[in-house]
Amino acid sequence: MAVTVKIPAQLRAMTGGEGVLEVEGTTVREALEAVFSAHDGLRERITEGGDLRRFVNVYVGGEDIRFGAGLETALTDGAEVTILPAVAGG
Amino acid sequence: MSSEQRTALQSLRCKECATEYPTEALYVCEQCFGPLEACYDFSGFDPSEAKRKIQAGSNGIWRYSDFLPISGRPDSPLEPGLTPLIRADRLAAALDLPPDCEIWIKNDAANPTHSFKDRVVAVALARARELGFSTVACASTGNLANSVAANAAAVGLESFVFVPSDLEEQKLLATAIYGTTLVGVKGTYDDVNRLCTELAEEQNWAFVNVNLRPYYAEGSKTLAYETVEQLGWTLPDRVVCPIASGSLFTKISRGFSEWLELGLVSGELPRFNGAQAAGCAPVAIAYAEGWDYCRPVKPDTIAKSLAIGTPADGPYALDLARRSNGGIDSVSDDQIRAGIRLLAETTGIFTETAGGVTVAVLRELAERGEIGPGERVVVYITGEGLKTLDAAREGFEIHEIEPNLASFADRVPARVAIAN
Repeated sequence: MAVTVKIPAQLRAMTGGEGVLEVEGTTVREALEAVFSAHDGLRERITEGGDLRRFVNVYVGGEDIRFGAGLETALTDGAEVTILPAVAGG
Repeated sequence: MSSEQRTALQSLRCKECATEYPTEALYVCEQCFGPLEACYDFSGFDPSEAKRKIQAGSNGIWRYSDFLPISGRPDSPLEPGLTPLIRADRLAAALDLPPDCEIWIKNDAANPTHSFKDRVVAVALARARELGFSTVACASTGNLANSVAANAAAVGLESFVFVPSDLEEQKLLATAIYGTTLVGVKGTYDDVNRLCTELAEEQNWAFVNVNLRPYYAEGSKTLAYETVEQLGWTLPDRVVCPIASGSLFTKISRGFSEWLELGLVSGELPRFNGAQAAGCAPVAIAYAEGWDYCRPVKPDTIAKSLAIGTPADGPYALDLARRSNGGIDSVSDDQIRAGIRLLAETTGIFTETAGGVTVAVLRELAERGEIGPGERVVVYITGEGLKTLDAAREGFEIHEIEPNLASFADRVPARVAIAN
């Protein structure tokens, strides 16, 4: 599946300024792995011990993946995966 | 303190990994995504001089300017704070608490736009102006919307206010009246918050609870400072406080802790009891389950001002409730309505649904016997009942009569004598 992954402003220094990456993946985990293989420094910023860091939110089509199957949430062709800080609001 | 010794904002520091950042419009750590928090230089601090300066200060939160992330006293005309702290003996009696227990109500509806949000907004807008922003914005469940719109109007800033489109009509009207750009988002507060997090990357705006959140959140410390001052420079034994994102809950603790460390008050950190609505209780659920993180929920409650399904400060609220030997409870919508009524009938204070949540949790604590003899409890009432009128619509009767004595005698029942 060809999907897009949106990178938050705080991490764009590690993608050469790119805010939107096009990758292949059938789950969120696969899509993120594809992102990490292109930009290795992102892995430790976004994940810890194979899981998402606790202050990172990931959305597929605007829905928090914790309402789905977490990192195993399935992706359809053209899906939009958005990574955002979890420390806003209230 | 001499001007050289004035306490001053020093840096922003990650609460998770302690990486330091400059005091700009930043809110998230680039290393670990943890939240940034304001840090101060308190070197040369003299408690007795500081106390004199506070007592000679303004009649609002700017008397605590030395403990806030701003340079001196702002000139905004809508200064919040120094709201009443009222001893509620009739409420304590209604809850069957021991006679030597003291219940105190901190009525923060008595702020310029009738909620505690005026405290955080006043600080955020002062900092926004120092940083050179001309437009402010927020993601809000209602009270913040009122406050941002009003305070922006008062000082001549442009404002954009984002709320869930199904908000209470009173809160929509009391925002739009100030001439803001009001945006109703078809979704939950968490959808609004995600949208604003994305917008904050696109727009050069001061989003008070996104990119200015480290400054904004500090405003809630003033509720702790006032409590200490109004209790004669002492600490309560316990506080009961609503939890939405967990920011207010944890910042009240930070306020007490700072003054303990600086020697402005002595004693122990109070027990912290958090209050959530059962229809949106991610922090109460995590507390009951023993988790150190919150699983997100989809809110379904009349307490819309607390309807945050993904609480940013949830992990810190859990930690605070546990280490202070407090707790976090949730209550049903019916308990919330009853809480609003109980507070109104025993104190003369009409609170919104969030206050109903807080009073209902106080009642739970009382019924479980958790409030011990001689305890002094402060209950934070964060908003005004006139903003959530639907919650008060049921449960009373209007005795309609003809304008004559016979009709009165015929149709109006005799009032039972009020106890106490």
